[in-house]
Amino acid sequence: MADLEAIKEAVSKGRRKDIVPLVEAALAEGVDPHVIINDYMIEAMKEVGARFEAKKIFVPEMMIAARTMQEGLEVIKPHIEGSGSSGKKLGTVVIGTVFGDLHDIGKNLVVLMLQSSGFEVHNIGENVPPETFVEKARELGADVVGMSSLLTTGDPHVKATVEAIKQSDIADKVKVICGGAAVTEKFALETCGADGYAPDAAGAVKVTKELLGLA
Amino acid sequence: MHTRISSHSQEVIIGPDQPVVIIGERINPTGRRKLAAALEAGDMALLKEDARRQVEAGARILDVNVGISGADEAALMRQALAAVREVTDVPLCIDSADPKVLAAGLEVYEGKALVNSVNGEEAKLKEVLPVVAQYGAAVVALTMDDRGIPNDVDTRLAIADKILNEAARLGIATEDVIIDPLAMSVAADDQAGLTALTALARIRDRLGVNQTIGASNISYGLPERRAVNCVFLAMAVMNGLTCPITDPTIWEIRRTLLLADLFLGRDEFAMNYISAYREQFPEDD
Repeated sequence: MADLEAIKEAVSKGRRKDIVPLVEAALAEGVDPHVIINDYMIEAMKEVGARFEAKKIFVPEMMIAARTMQEGLEVIKPHIEGSGSSGKKLGTVVIGTVFGDLHDIGKNLVVLMLQSSGFEVHNIGENVPPETFVEKARELGADVVGMSSLLTTGDPHVKATVEAIKQSDIADKVKVICGGAAVTEKFALETCGADGYAPDAAGAVKVTKELLGLA
Repeated sequence: MHTRISSHSQEVIIGPDQPVVIIGERINPTGRRKLAAALEAGDMALLKEDARRQVEAGARILDVNVGISGADEAALMRQALAAVREVTDVPLCIDSADPKVLAAGLEVYEGKALVNSVNGEEAKLKEVLPVVAQYGAAVVALTMDDRGIPNDVDTRLAIADKILNEAARLGIATEDVIIDPLAMSVAADDQAGLTALTALARIRDRLGVNQTIGASNISYGLPERRAVNCVFLAMAVMNGLTCPITDPTIWEIRRTLLLADLFLGRDEFAMNYISAYREQFPEDD
């Protein structure tokens, strides 16, 4: 009997050595790959996110959990593609660091957490001008655009980016979320007119789900 | 190699045979809402207090950054430099992302300032280095360029080399370029500490220049950040860090750097360490 709870635990504890044989065993027994992903792996990452939010675990523990999940997904992928049914995506997120700012650590963590939660995430890098946010969001059919800003001097760029999206033809199609050390909730929502604010990577997953009506 | 930074009345010598020079980092509104609000209101009291406390805690140079959005940063920089001067004579490090602000500060600065910072980006080289040359200042140079922050040591060394060449072409002496080989979070990449430490050692051995580093990135996302920063700083000093930009009002950090000096034979009879200890823990008699 496949031990699905062990898969969940391997992800949440970040046991990379265990994940591949556990997933292989489950697949060999004919467990639906989508059940493994949605009911166990993503559930595990939800718990990880909550523990991180509660400051019970640290960044490396969150990263190794996400990495463990990715390794499990690699094993599952051929089985999903072979069956013809693509894995269901919660939505498409385009994310980058605003113009003038090259910081990527926090943003990349958000990418990892969103991917692990079932979103299709396009990381468009750092030092991204407002018009590039708009172009990429349009091209990739984004449901959500996320931007990160660490430098206090980035405030005008955050505002300009939110405004560029809100004034564009895709304004009705995308929700805009701001985060990063320089951004406060008040600044993001009131000054810039963003739809959401996230204080950290776990918060980013939460607010993304809320804005898409998935929470 | 010695880098000399001065005010109208004081000179600080940075070099591998000298005690570590602490560049005080506190005058910077990034992540300090209170200071940002005070600066926005033109209130210099907190800034002066930060200046005074850091010098008392052993800072030999003070970094001055007034980058808040929506303000006239050039005017604010001049105001801040004047305010710092009311409380201390130590040399200053003029810190801004905007070359025009750097120029505005240098124009009124008396002595040889340090400028923070240039990096390998083409635009930065073109805009910042001429200003540094014009005012005969020294400059902090970050080992990143238009491609971002390189993960490997070789590219960081190559960028340092490129900046030094460009500086030399404009008449800026090699000793007036202080390299920052960039410490990144070890929580996000467990090789980041090794990369930074190896970069420090290779830049010291190959280029011989003084080096600074913003150490607090290294501990992002880990428990006991202060302790993490201190251990990294000690190892970094061993590998060629000569003038960290850090907060000496945190005793653990000051103590770490004093002990690093002592272990490297730069503190005769341990007097610097002992007198700092007495200041920190005065006998109540």
